Amino acid sequence: MAKVLVVTSGKGGVGKTTSTAALGAALAQRGEKVVVVDFDVGLRNLDLIMGAERRVVFDLINVAQGVAKLSQALIRDKRLESLWLLPASQTRDKDALTDEGVRDIIADLRTKFDWIICDSPAGIERGATLAMRYADEAVVVTNPEVSSVRDADRIIGMLDSKTVKAEKGEQLKKHVLITRYDTSRAARGEMLNIDDILEILAVPLLGIIPESQDVLKASNVGSPVTLNNASSMPARAYIDAARRLSGETVDMVVPTEQRRGFMNRLLGRRAA
Amino acid sequence: MDAKVEPQRQVMRLRGRSYVAFVFSPFMPIMNWLEEIDATLAHSPGFFAGRPIVLDLSAVELSSHGVAHLVSSLETRGIRVLGLEGIEAGGLDSKLPPVLSGGRGCVVEQVEPKKVEVQPPPPAAPSLLLRNPVRSGQRIVFTEGDVTVLGSVGSGAEIVAGGSIHVYGTLRGRAMAGINGNSDARIYCQKIEAELLAIDGYYQTAEDIGETLRRQPAQAWLDGDILRITPLN
Repeated sequence: MAKVLVVTSGKGGVGKTTSTAALGAALAQRGEKVVVVDFDVGLRNLDLIMGAERRVVFDLINVAQGVAKLSQALIRDKRLESLWLLPASQTRDKDALTDEGVRDIIADLRTKFDWIICDSPAGIERGATLAMRYADEAVVVTNPEVSSVRDADRIIGMLDSKTVKAEKGEQLKKHVLITRYDTSRAARGEMLNIDDILEILAVPLLGIIPESQDVLKASNVGSPVTLNNASSMPARAYIDAARRLSGETVDMVVPTEQRRGFMNRLLGRRAA
Repeated sequence: MDAKVEPQRQVMRLRGRSYVAFVFSPFMPIMNWLEEIDATLAHSPGFFAGRPIVLDLSAVELSSHGVAHLVSSLETRGIRVLGLEGIEAGGLDSKLPPVLSGGRGCVVEQVEPKKVEVQPPPPAAPSLLLRNPVRSGQRIVFTEGDVTVLGSVGSGAEIVAGGSIHVYGTLRGRAMAGINGNSDARIYCQKIEAELLAIDGYYQTAEDIGETLRRQPAQAWLDGDILRITPLN
């Protein structure tokens, strides 16, 4: 059964697009058929992160308006057979999206994929509400600081009231994904700690993604971090999160600062 | 239309009507008889209230003073005597009830004393129960009564209630109780981190809430025109 997952946050810049790409790739690596859909009409980024920006011909708006067929707009990932991208339009704005258009596209995608991951734009307006409208599950991305946590709370309220599932009186499954978790700053008490965030949001935790240069590096080469360097800390955290999404029970690892002991430093590298 | 209307002379019309009265027949000694009356009254208080009572004094011999005493002692028991029977009218005090004659016996319907209608208790003040957390940006307005939140109230959320507000999680947003002028309304929360508290228009912002209270169970209430916030327990 296809699952529609929205990745949303309210606040911008917390890592929705990065998380969409990383989770999508991680699920696809597990053999699931995945499409990542960019709902950020007018400010699209997912195509860049996925490294598909040079192959975009048709987009979400074209399909919604019947100008192009869905199969024409879908772009298959070059690295993973089962990973697809439905890009957004960069030249239009969010008003070009209609409820009916989104409904039909999602219904169509449901017949073709196991996972439909919708990358929501920031904000709480039309773009964001349409991205979550037909979702079955939601990943709420937040950073460990107060403003993004409050925005996440706002978005959770909307997930519980503005989605089709909520309007039918059903419970939409929600997860919190904490990104840009800085281990050294957390140790110094400069960030909200995990327990505080979970207490405020009252939603189960999907994963904790550490702040890392690897994320930026992966974005710059147009690759989801889980594909670019699968052994890196953030990639491992995303892979664990993806496993939890598909129903596995995986122990939660709170990233801790890796201090190399004195002996490790001395004998860290072995000469050939 | 200013034709004068001649005042017509009203002819007084007399009508006869008969009523059924209870007849009391006191016996000697009067004190014993009064005790019986008292026993009846104790059994069903108000049984004789508002009923016509006639005293048949044929079985007793009482002076005018004695009759007056009996009538007044009945009056203290809430029994008003409509008339007297079986006694000579002459020599009786004119303030006493009139002497009646020609009474005929009849079957008195045993009418149960009217039960005092038990007023159904006024419907309990309606209350609104919210099982889920109130999220940032949500606004709950319930002017009819109390609002109870089982979860937390997020920063940037707002609860407006005509009655009191109960929050069993953390109150981080705004809570406004007693908005219809109910100064007895209170705000209770398990953990206070509120942005604003208001009761009947008197408010305090987070700045005014003492640092020692933060994150503690607390209640807010109106003391005259001062909004007090005190720890619970």
